[in-house]
Amino acid sequence: MSRSAARCTGTKAAGAPALFQYCLRLGDNALVLGHRLSEWSSRAPTLEIDIALSNLALDLIGQARMLLSYAGEAEGAGRDEDALAYHRDVLDFRNVLLVEQPNGDFAHTIARHVFYAVCARAMYEALCQSRDTTLAAIAAKAVKEMTYHERYAGEWLVRLGDGTRESRTRAQAAIDRLWPLTGELFETDQVENELSARGIVPDMSGLQPLWRARIEEILARATLARPEECPMLSGGRSGHHGEHLGHLLAELQYLPRAYPGAVW
Amino acid sequence: MTGKGGGHEWPLYEVFIRSRQGLNHVHAGSIHASDPEMALQNARDVYTRRNEGVSLWVVPSTAITASAPCDREALFDPAGDKVYRHPTFYDVPDDVEHL
Repeated sequence: MSRSAARCTGTKAAGAPALFQYCLRLGDNALVLGHRLSEWSSRAPTLEIDIALSNLALDLIGQARMLLSYAGEAEGAGRDEDALAYHRDVLDFRNVLLVEQPNGDFAHTIARHVFYAVCARAMYEALCQSRDTTLAAIAAKAVKEMTYHERYAGEWLVRLGDGTRESRTRAQAAIDRLWPLTGELFETDQVENELSARGIVPDMSGLQPLWRARIEEILARATLARPEECPMLSGGRSGHHGEHLGHLLAELQYLPRAYPGAVW
Repeated sequence: MTGKGGGHEWPLYEVFIRSRQGLNHVHAGSIHASDPEMALQNARDVYTRRNEGVSLWVVPSTAITASAPCDREALFDPAGDKVYRHPTFYDVPDDVEHL
């Protein structure tokens, strides 16, 4: 992996390593969660949900394509979206742990999506103001999509929580189980601090109160309890993933690795 | 979501789509949903994936009163021989478009 800034040209390239890392994180989040949702295709509880989850998956895969393409450009080593999506191994993925969690039951998928979508919507909304025109343009498209994701998943969580005893039990279990993985969404490090100081990306820790308020509002409507404060898990963004991501990548990456250069 | 029958226990809604500003909402099909808000989301996901619309209506199917097929002759045939009801007996000025 070449991160030599010397190979890059133009004003944008000055912060290339940080920009590359940042786009990789966003792109990997979208790619991995998009793939997870696609696993519901043909298996969702109803035809309407099947199509809805596939729509959400396609939005995310579209975001991943733009972000990984731009990551490749920022890196300047000649890797395109496909090289980054299909030819990196698990330790090189930079997604948060939340998005790689298996689908579980429908409540679990919906809870995971509420946590992610509320964060992503706020993040893209802020990213629309980026000084980097490419990131701002990607964010302008993504924010519309994530607004719908938040609405779709949020309305479902309300119905599961405020539904039958069974749906309520499952929804609360999903919220409790995934809660410790939500802290990582708002972690910041040198990469983000550097870009945020230059007005290129939003400060995620500043968005956390917004996320909290919105999540609490949804949980209240769903009559679900907000989990107790607890230690947060992290590591995905530095490549320390759980056991599940490798299996996901095996399926995601199988075809281009088994048949390099395949076209159809 | 383990209940038997899945979405088929949900009520049916009829979906109407306005494809552009200025046009009417046109019936597109139907979907199942637990309530009106979910019906709107399901309609969006099932019927507007290819840029079909700018506005959606969903209506509970039970709210629709339909004419019976066996009434067709009595209801509609009497209009068949009344061509004078069609606005075809006018000279349309050249400047009028969209007729």
